[in-house]
Amino acid sequence: MKSPESAKPGMRRLVSRSAFALLSLSAATVLAGCASATQSTPTASPSAAFKPAAQTAGSQITVWADSTRLPAVQQYQKSHPDVKMNIVTYDGSANGSTYLQTKVQLFDRTGNGWPDVVFGSPTDVTWASQPTSPSATAFAAPLDANLVPQQTLDGFAKGSLAPCQFNGHTYCLRNDIAQVVLWYNKTLMDKFGYQVPTTWEQYEALGEQVAKEHPGYLVGAVGDTNSQESYFWSSQCPAFQLEDPATLKVDLTDGNCTRMATLLDKLIAAKAVTTQGFFSQGFAKDPGGSKVVMANGPSWYGQYLFNAAFKVPAGQIAAAAPLTWEGETTAATGNVGGGVWMVSSHSKNLKASTDLATWLTTSNDFQANAPTYPAYVPAAKAWLANPANSKYFATDISAVFEQAADLVWTGWSNTKFSDATAWSNVVLPALTQGKTLTETLPQWQTAITDEAKSVGYTIATK
Amino acid sequence: MTALNTGHEAVSSVTPVRRRATTRRRAGLAGYLFVSGYAILLLAFGIFPTVYAFFLALTNDRGQFTGLNQFIKVAQDYRFAPAFLNISLYLVMWLLSVVVLTVVVAIVLRSRMRPRLSAIFRFLYYLPGALAGVASVLVWLFMLDPAVSPVSWLLRSLGFADFAAVLSPGDLPVILVLIAFWTGAGGWIVVMYGALNNIPDEVLEAARTDGAGPWKTAWHIQIPMIRKWIAYMAILAFAGGTQLFVEPQMLQTASLGRVSPTWSPNQLAYVYAFQHGDFNGAAAISIFLLALGLICAALLVTRSDLFKVDES
Repeated sequence: MKSPESAKPGMRRLVSRSAFALLSLSAATVLAGCASATQSTPTASPSAAFKPAAQTAGSQITVWADSTRLPAVQQYQKSHPDVKMNIVTYDGSANGSTYLQTKVQLFDRTGNGWPDVVFGSPTDVTWASQPTSPSATAFAAPLDANLVPQQTLDGFAKGSLAPCQFNGHTYCLRNDIAQVVLWYNKTLMDKFGYQVPTTWEQYEALGEQVAKEHPGYLVGAVGDTNSQESYFWSSQCPAFQLEDPATLKVDLTDGNCTRMATLLDKLIAAKAVTTQGFFSQGFAKDPGGSKVVMANGPSWYGQYLFNAAFKVPAGQIAAAAPLTWEGETTAATGNVGGGVWMVSSHSKNLKASTDLATWLTTSNDFQANAPTYPAYVPAAKAWLANPANSKYFATDISAVFEQAADLVWTGWSNTKFSDATAWSNVVLPALTQGKTLTETLPQWQTAITDEAKSVGYTIATK
Repeated sequence: MTALNTGHEAVSSVTPVRRRATTRRRAGLAGYLFVSGYAILLLAFGIFPTVYAFFLALTNDRGQFTGLNQFIKVAQDYRFAPAFLNISLYLVMWLLSVVVLTVVVAIVLRSRMRPRLSAIFRFLYYLPGALAGVASVLVWLFMLDPAVSPVSWLLRSLGFADFAAVLSPGDLPVILVLIAFWTGAGGWIVVMYGALNNIPDEVLEAARTDGAGPWKTAWHIQIPMIRKWIAYMAILAFAGGTQLFVEPQMLQTASLGRVSPTWSPNQLAYVYAFQHGDFNGAAAISIFLLALGLICAALLVTRSDLFKVDES
């Protein structure tokens, strides 16, 4: 029997010999000058080369929807029993999730498994409209290429399909727009004897007044993953401004950014604006939705936040037009989300897939009762006409919604990365620790530019 | 003392070696059959992926040989240093707590407690380990959210008003060590207890006769005699720790993005692969982790004579 001890020097020799071999090998490679480690970027225009997969009429289609949109898909299944559907629920790319992108990357590698129709965020379209690797096909099918009639595409609200467009083609259908308006609790405002502000300056003054006269009541919250879109987008801050498809302007030192940071800092210090999020755990319980006097936020706050989450009784909540800055004639506003439906370019049943995506976005059967404001104009009219949508509110919101839908500032672009990541894990933790927004802006700037560079953007700061 | 003797045989490295030598001659085929199941799985899910990772890390997505460029590229990434700093901080805290606390608890259970009570405690300590990683994170999400936590008074008295405050970046290593310790330590306490059982009673009696108190016995007799198991635990705990992924990923989702999506190196590799589609860069990060684990294991193995077989 060989003694284990005698094996040791042999092992040592082997280890040192292979280490030496590895070392010399790596030295050799360094000397040889190797190929670049950068990822190859697909150059060919993907849309021109769109070739549908072999079609199988009547084959099953797989649909990925978030829980909010699930009833819509189920409603379609009920009214179209002959269409074979496999319905899957997922997070819907909310809160900066990259689940869909992750899965598609994997499917592109394995060559199968893609869902046929997916609900996603506008950010998803920026990567789905381009191939993930030179050998892959872009995930989203160009819907204007003989799939959806131009007449239907023309029916979407002005600019609402902009996030879907790339290289002259349309890769998604917009489900809803989320124009930011000023929500307020009319009952509370009347009780306190306050006037609804029309400018940010009035809003700031009123916030300080609320803090003084009714401590505990709130005029806003900045702690959500999308609060930056409600405030900084509305303020026309160039944080995510694409100058061309490869150049991103990030300039948080711009006056449009600092004015909003200063305003919010004052209100946060006065405790009229909370650093918690409306959607953070426990907010509905403490301080509770009944303490919210005003909230600058998207059109879906009405039904989704005040009605469903805060359970504020009907007849209290109202919406006012987006706030302007003193000296500025035209208001601009932000946009928070607004989902899209995409059809997979790999679908074996493009006909059924396109039909579903079209129905989901344009049919009054669903959209008139949708939890969000439809992007398709005729559906939006039906939505506003639906008593269920209007009777909850204290005033008629249609004029405000229609006005705000046209005011969304176009300088805040959809980028290949989510605008929520840096805000959530750099700015919000700093605010929680008691730092001001103004002193956090440089950190936010760095986080955005780092992230943008990592996905291949060139950064412009001026 | 039959129980003690069987325990001694099972863990001691002396007897099995001798027996393996004799059985090999007698029934070689059966031996190969027994190890084949593990060997095949190891090849398919351990060795082959490692080789593939090396291949990916040394090439680019066009299949060209890149030398060390992938490693240089990922090391220059702005998220690389913070991720490795986070994991180092976590590892130091995790290894210290797991090594010191499990050994102390095991010694107390073995020497200072009645056997029945000790068995109950060992069971209780082991219990959280039975929960899968994700489930244990969920338990801690409830524990750490002042709005729903059963110990919210404690959190509030420590100055944490809401969940966001608990999850501030500086607290994350502590939180993750808490989760890891809660789920992982129980199993190690049981193992260390088994190792302490191996120490012959005569040795302990001799120590007692020589006037050693319980703490002197622990420090001079028990800990040196289970040194190998401690080293073994440290290697596995270190390797497990470097692979930290599920816990920060879950915290990231549950906190609605307040935790960085690239907090740990494994998460960074994940982002590289599945968001940037850069599997080569992801492989390079995994090689860094492999190297880190191997270096640490090599240090511990040589320092503790883990593989040295002592003849009796």
